[in-house]
Amino acid sequence: MIINHPLLGPRDAAEFTYLGDASLINRPDWQSETAAQDFYEYGYLRSNPAGEHRELWFHEAGDRSWLVVTRNTVTHEISNVEMARDVARTQGRSK
Amino acid sequence: MRYSGFQVIKEALTGHKGWKPVWRDPEPQAHYDIIIIGGGGHGLATAYYLAKEFGEKKIAVLEKGWIGGGNVGRNTTIIRSNYLLDGNEPFYEMSLKLWEGLEQDFNYNAMVSQRGILNLIHSDAQRDAFTRRGNAMILNGADAEMLSTEQILDRYPFLNVNDARFPIKGGLAQHRGGTVRHDAVAWGYARGADMRGVDIIQNCEVTGFRLENGKCLGVETSRGFIGANKVGCAVAGSSSRLMSKADMQLPMESHVLQAFVSEGLKPVIPGVITFGAGHFYCSQSDKGGLVFGGDLDGYNSYAQRGNMPVVEDVCEGGMALMPMLGRARLLRMWGGIMDMSMDGSPIIDKTHIDGLYFNGGWCYGGFKATPASGFCFAHLLSRDAPHPNATKYRFDRFSRGLMIDEKGMGNQPNLH
Ligand SMILES: Cc1cc2nc3c(=O)[nH]c(=O)nc-3n(C[C@H](O)[C@H](O)[C@H](O)COP(=O)(O)OP(=O)(O)OC[C@H]3O[C@@H](n4cnc5c(N)ncnc54)[C@H](O)[C@@H]3O)c2cc1C
Repeated sequence: MIINHPLLGPRDAAEFTYLGDASLINRPDWQSETAAQDFYEYGYLRSNPAGEHRELWFHEAGDRSWLVVTRNTVTHEISNVEMARDVARTQGRSK
Repeated sequence: MRYSGFQVIKEALTGHKGWKPVWRDPEPQAHYDIIIIGGGGHGLATAYYLAKEFGEKKIAVLEKGWIGGGNVGRNTTIIRSNYLLDGNEPFYEMSLKLWEGLEQDFNYNAMVSQRGILNLIHSDAQRDAFTRRGNAMILNGADAEMLSTEQILDRYPFLNVNDARFPIKGGLAQHRGGTVRHDAVAWGYARGADMRGVDIIQNCEVTGFRLENGKCLGVETSRGFIGANKVGCAVAGSSSRLMSKADMQLPMESHVLQAFVSEGLKPVIPGVITFGAGHFYCSQSDKGGLVFGGDLDGYNSYAQRGNMPVVEDVCEGGMALMPMLGRARLLRMWGGIMDMSMDGSPIIDKTHIDGLYFNGGWCYGGFKATPASGFCFAHLLSRDAPHPNATKYRFDRFSRGLMIDEKGMGNQPNLH
């Protein structure tokens, strides 16, 4: 697979390590009443779809940035690559 | 028809005209006592033990394709019970014992071959870890033996124990481990279940559940609605997809694992060996092909095929351990979809929906579990209580902090 890095252009997926579902950006509020349940769901439950999946990849052997890759889990086709930083910012998670 | 040596000779003398199909091809009935979704090893074994050991009647197995077309026909056929943790070891030892009596039990040649498995040790830390594991195995009634390099060379003279980069310091052996003809396991269980009245319905995809007031009344399928008192799901890599139809999210990711077979060679590897310094394991099939594999590709996938970087990684591991591998031509390679759970261990449990039961999370090691998984799932379905050897395989272990994490990797499915 080739991941089209927003800053570096097309890179071999072997340069990256895979973390998982991009919902991991949405860390729950630890002070919430429902924190225990929220962290269980955040830490352990995954939608694991067959089809389009937004997921976190780390450019370990490259510029060490985190990317959000939209990839089809049935065909392995990648349709979108964003900087995780930008995604987190638009969600108000990062400055 | 019961199979025996006498039958084989009789058929040989009469032109092999008497062999019959070994299971029926029935139309689905309107209602069953118990429906099992998934005609893989686990689903078929569950149906077999439900009928044979638990006296259940009116059982159906629904399979979307053909039986044995999933992971049960795609694995590298290794059986063993060399686990460390309490939640796992008694279960896998039960499975190994069931393997030992399986062919007599279901009167089918599954080519169970206890040729032994050897995990190689390359460092002192690894020796400590394997000694501990071996002791845990022995405590649970399994067999384990630490081998010296001399003992290893007796069996595997081609190994370079003095390799500069990855010297071999010893090994943990389980002599009762080995290999089994994987699709014969599916066929043997299917035949045994069919003989006891189980309907095995192929080309029947479950597309949804009929749920009413928190109870499961049956399943919607590509061949219409089929009612049931109890529904058991055993669809391995498709678990998340299927359970999403009941609005459930699972502690699981689906990942692809690849396997490889070389051209047929003369006997060279008597048992199963695993490389301890990289991810590579290998055995030799009775036809002579070297059967080997390694790591997951590492990203969510439902594609049943992998990519080149892992092919390279597996072959590098193979070349590091046994350079002669480089002379063999690769005959076939393929992938299967693994139900990788968050702690690397399976789930055999009821769901929060009345009448809906779940079996999955087998990761890359569910083939060896087939007999015990079928037996324990049948126990749960029939008696509504977990089998004593499967009490820890609960859904709620993740919310209660009772993970069964053999590798100590945490909630990262691709590292288990
Ligand atoms: C390359 C590879 C190597 C492996 N090596 C080993 C090994 O050496 N040792 C070991 O112990 N394990 C190994 N495994 C793991 C093992 O194969 C699996 O854990 C095990 O086979 C899973 O259980 P199963 O046989 O029931 O799955 P499957 O055979 O996959 O059965 C599930 C069935 O459910 C059906 N299904 C799915 N969705 C639906 C639906 N909606 N409706 C109806 N039917 C449906 C599928 O078609 C499939 O037939 C390996 C796996 C792979 C891929």
